[in-house]
Amino acid sequence: MRLYISPTDGVPIYMQIIQQIRRGVATGELVPGEELPSIRALADQLVVNPNTVARAYRDLETAGVVTSSRGMGTYVADTNVKSVKSERKEVLTPTVDSLIVESRQLRVPLSEVIDLVKDRELAHGPRAEAEKGSEVDRG
Amino acid sequence: MGQGQRQRKDRRWTVAETVIEVKGLGRTFGNHRALDGVNLTLERGTVLGLVGQNGAGKTTLIKHLLGLLRAEEGTVRVFGKDPVADPPGVLSRIGYLSEEGDLPMWMKVEELVRYSAAFYPGWDQQYCDTLQKEFGLSSSAKLGSLSKGQRARAGLLVALAFRPELLLLDEPSSGLDPIVRRDILGAIIRTIADEGRTVLFSSHLLAEVEQVSDRVVMVQAGKVVLDEELADVKETHHRIEIAFEQAVAAPIIEGAFGWQCEGNRWTAICRADIEDIQLAVDKSGGRLIRTVGVSLDDIFMARSGSKLG
Repeated sequence: MRLYISPTDGVPIYMQIIQQIRRGVATGELVPGEELPSIRALADQLVVNPNTVARAYRDLETAGVVTSSRGMGTYVADTNVKSVKSERKEVLTPTVDSLIVESRQLRVPLSEVIDLVKDRELAHGPRAEAEKGSEVDRG
Repeated sequence: MGQGQRQRKDRRWTVAETVIEVKGLGRTFGNHRALDGVNLTLERGTVLGLVGQNGAGKTTLIKHLLGLLRAEEGTVRVFGKDPVADPPGVLSRIGYLSEEGDLPMWMKVEELVRYSAAFYPGWDQQYCDTLQKEFGLSSSAKLGSLSKGQRARAGLLVALAFRPELLLLDEPSSGLDPIVRRDILGAIIRTIADEGRTVLFSSHLLAEVEQVSDRVVMVQAGKVVLDEELADVKETHHRIEIAFEQAVAAPIIEGAFGWQCEGNRWTAICRADIEDIQLAVDKSGGRLIRTVGVSLDDIFMARSGSKLG
């Protein structure tokens, strides 16, 4: 999986790394047991401070997304289907949060926001069969 | 591996060692106040990005750290020593690269390497050879005939090859193409990654500073106006947009600066919690219609009213 960093984004770089790795786990692009690049290698690749990568890995470990042992590298944690599902929701949470904040600032009631979400869902057309079940196919 | 290197390697395990300590530093040139009450502490293993407009005092500050200027007011300590009182004790531990390079143009690359190797006790010839190859620098090339980018690489080569404990870069990427700039950023990262060394670099390219810094210090007219962990800067600063029923004077919101008005709307950068901002906006009779994240550029522009670089 390749990560992309935008230094001038309002989101701190360590957070961008966290979000992208979480998304990778949620989409199944990163599979349990897969080794992540070393701190040094990822810092070199992204041209970012190794301390920043270390912070992202540390937070991911605390959140149980990755595991690491001293000197042995960092691996995607063993997750079952249920936690991949919750991981997917967690990836969506910041987007939903910003929708809530913005709708409050614009004084649009929650019921109207939910209606709008449903309207937009229809506007995007039917969902693919695989998405409906929301189970992960790692085939 | 030389003995000096082994000693330094051992030192990485000590915690929170202070490498730079500047207290109340002031400097006046004629009637120009170049530095005014500057405090700066830099701990080992940190990359500090120093930003500010030309003439804000960045280079004057760096010159004090190198012992090229004596502190008229306040104190400067590097590795716990006064750089003016003990120049070799301090300078032999600092890798320095300035915008102009200050390189002897008549020398060949190999002569520059020999000259520098003699000066620094911890010179690592193997590392030097590796870097020289990586930078594509020919030993027989004269510094004066190199391109600006290659000359910057030559300067970087001798600033890095003795594996300095502190790397000071004054506008290292000014006027250089993106590929050379990437080399310089890569060198900063490698310096930190290899042995937890310390870097202070000044730049007007804020995107670069955001990319590699742990901490950012912003100077303006000789004063430090921002000194914060970079990740915190982005979490504590927001761009806010407030709408009023009619045109009003700028509202009073604590932590807000760089107010701009457009019709009934005011925007600013604000260093505060969103909840507190919301409360203050409610009190002002306005409506907070948007809060978004900011970049260093946004903060800088709001602070100074102008763009950098």
